[in-house]
Amino acid sequence: MDWIQILSNTVESILSPVTFAFVLASLGLAMHFGFAGLLNFGIAGFMAIGAYGYAISVLRFDLPWWGGMLVSIAAAIVFAILLGAPTLRLRGDYLAIVTIAAAEIARLLFLTNTFDDFTGSASGLFGYHDSFRAANPIPEGTYGFGPFTYSETDWWVRIFALAVLAVVIWLLWALSRSPWGRVIKGIREDEDAVRALGKNVFAYKMQALIIGGVFGAMGGVVYALPSAVNPTVYVTSLTFFIWTALLLGGAATVFGPVLGSIIFWVLQAFLTNVLPALAQEGGILESLTSQQASTLRFILVGIGLMLIVIYRPQGIAGDKRELTFVK
Amino acid sequence: MSNSEPVKATGLHVGEASPGVAKVDPILKASNVTRKFGGLTAVNVEHVEIPRGAITALIGPNGAGKTTFFNLLTGFDSPDTGTMEFNGKSLSGMRSHQIAKLGQVRTFQLTKALSLLTVLENMKLGATDQAGEKILGSLIPQIWRKQEAEIEKRAEELLRRFKLYEKKEDFAASLSGGQRKLLEMARALMTNPTLVMLDEPMAGVNPALTESLLEHVLDLKKEGMTVLFVEHDMHMVRHIADWVIVMAEGEIVAEGPPDQVMKEQAVIDAYLGSHQETDLGVVTGRIDIIDDGEKK
Amino acid sequence: MTQPVVEIKDLYAGYLPGVNILNGANLYANEGELIGIIGPNGAGKSTLLKSMFGMVKIREGSIELNGENIIGLKANKLVAKGVGFVPQNNNVFPSLTIEENLQMGLYQAPSRFDERLEFVVEIFSELGKRLKQRAGSLSGGERQMVAMARALMMEPKVLLLDEPSAGLSPVRQDEAFIRVSDINKAGVTVIMVEQNARRCLQISDRGYVLDQGVDAVTGSGRELMDDPKVVELYLGNLGA
Repeated sequence: MDWIQILSNTVESILSPVTFAFVLASLGLAMHFGFAGLLNFGIAGFMAIGAYGYAISVLRFDLPWWGGMLVSIAAAIVFAILLGAPTLRLRGDYLAIVTIAAAEIARLLFLTNTFDDFTGSASGLFGYHDSFRAANPIPEGTYGFGPFTYSETDWWVRIFALAVLAVVIWLLWALSRSPWGRVIKGIREDEDAVRALGKNVFAYKMQALIIGGVFGAMGGVVYALPSAVNPTVYVTSLTFFIWTALLLGGAATVFGPVLGSIIFWVLQAFLTNVLPALAQEGGILESLTSQQASTLRFILVGIGLMLIVIYRPQGIAGDKRELTFVK
Repeated sequence: MSNSEPVKATGLHVGEASPGVAKVDPILKASNVTRKFGGLTAVNVEHVEIPRGAITALIGPNGAGKTTFFNLLTGFDSPDTGTMEFNGKSLSGMRSHQIAKLGQVRTFQLTKALSLLTVLENMKLGATDQAGEKILGSLIPQIWRKQEAEIEKRAEELLRRFKLYEKKEDFAASLSGGQRKLLEMARALMTNPTLVMLDEPMAGVNPALTESLLEHVLDLKKEGMTVLFVEHDMHMVRHIADWVIVMAEGEIVAEGPPDQVMKEQAVIDAYLGSHQETDLGVVTGRIDIIDDGEKK
Repeated sequence: MTQPVVEIKDLYAGYLPGVNILNGANLYANEGELIGIIGPNGAGKSTLLKSMFGMVKIREGSIELNGENIIGLKANKLVAKGVGFVPQNNNVFPSLTIEENLQMGLYQAPSRFDERLEFVVEIFSELGKRLKQRAGSLSGGERQMVAMARALMMEPKVLLLDEPSAGLSPVRQDEAFIRVSDINKAGVTVIMVEQNARRCLQISDRGYVLDQGVDAVTGSGRELMDDPKVVELYLGNLGA
């Protein structure tokens, strides 16, 4: 077992764009669930909309990279309105069901051959990087140290992602401390009480849905930025990974999702490296192939999610009084 | 705590006091309002007017439709038929938050103190004009900080009045049931309402706290607000209500000043019972047993 | 001097870890007595009642039924030992008829149904006429009746009532209190928690005023009603 390699890979994942994308998506979900109490089980759908929105705009419509991002944001807003308009006046479980379905519909639309010209169907989309890379101010070369050694392109992606992350975190933080945030917190607990005080609860919930959705879409963009857009990524399990990360860190806080996502992805990276190695070396997992051992991590995620919900629903950073599922 | 009887408003009605009688200065009017749930007619009110500046009690047995009627008047439910007017403005098709903005505020039978917010935050939520509550305004603190300070001052004043000031930083969850009732009332006042609608404000409140709650309700009238409340506590009704409306089986069966209404036989039979003034120890024959001294 | 039917000594109990609602409460009830428990909100009245039925975590102290410790016993054992409990809310099965609700009360001894039904219908004559009616279609006061009747089916020695008059109109409240008195006269020891302190004390043999988790004042029902301190702190001056 090459522990040095395993640890190196694990540590490196802290700065990986995938991790950043995850943080963004979980911040979006934090706005939905942690702040507004909206049950969104289709956050992967928002990520897909973001990623495809970006790639399609750049590849098919020749938009510059920032144009593609604006399209992603617009598409997320439309998607949120479509989801929310029929469901936000109903009980929360209806939104949950609709979001699962909507995310799957989105993914299947991206997968189907019918729109192959735009979406690349099963092959996905790639090769949209030129515009973004052209905007890179960093001169050519390799920078960094140890496991954090990257090319100027890789650094550009990471710096950009961190900038987006900073803006999103600031936005979430500012909103949570504002009077708007206060109304949202009230709505999460009891909509009727807030209505009786003259607030338009539907409008507030829609705003939260849109804002969180845009964060999720930006997560999708950041995910796709360095690599490719692949429909097999945006499946329901991605949504549940993000839920796990959110609940692990603390759903009703601003830094909880950040913490939870980083821990989650570092753990994933660790397991992806360790489990197959264990299977090969012999030992506990001897009877499994390295493929099987690798997928063992999904089982562990599932168990982890259950344990969190049962024993510590407020997550690491959360306040127990604020978030319990047992009323 | 004043022990003198509150001054009752008189001359509120036009003509003889009967169900649906017109009021000299009505703040709220409702006509031909019906609400059915399946085959059951929950509310069937031909006409009712609520007098401005007075305290009106809505009483009646369980299932009479009081809370349903309340919900219809405040927009938390929509009537199948009928028209409702608040200060001359039609309430048709208006949602609960829009009606609340017009100056009508309500409390709930099961207190809705938002437990995950602090007492002070609960109060600040009641303010209706905070620009920072709009999404764009919220991002620019310069816009809402000044308002926030004013709102906080107003909130603290009200908290002092309701004796909740010391608890202002505590989560509302830590308050006792009676304190939550006070908080809900205080929070409702933050909206500067003209009509305050209280749904069983004394439910679950122990008798000693009832007196201070009543004083607060009387203060509302002194400050020019109109009060409509649903209650089962007849002593409260008799003590502070200027006008009483009796509902039974969805309809209004009696209206008038409390003393008059509570003497009507129909009301006694259906609602008050004939033992209102008697000691149940006498009625059940227990007093003799106890005086006997033999029982123990 | 015979032993009390129920004896609670120095009870500390609560729901959340580390938080005690009862802080050393004491109570006793002799056979055939009607005990009323009144007091401010959050004083622990309902908690005291529920601790007699195993619904609260007991931290310290003792609860004895006829000299036997009943802490830790499950509900079915308590019912078999003669303890009946009528909760404040959700106290009937709405989808079942009145008769079926009463059968549920006699779950552990179904063969005695006819005999017990006769006894119960004597006290609740109205129910006897409407046995086939669905409990869900009943008004609040009527459900109260069914809940109490159901608790009586097992011929309890002690009946625990949690705010039997809650949410009822004045005429139904009076009926409820008279019924409770009738049940007590038939030989059942009754321990009743009430918000309507005035009415409760009017029919109680003895009462306890609970405050902050301890029994602050105790005496006969009449004594408490006339005690100026109790009146000022708990009963209020209205409607005296």
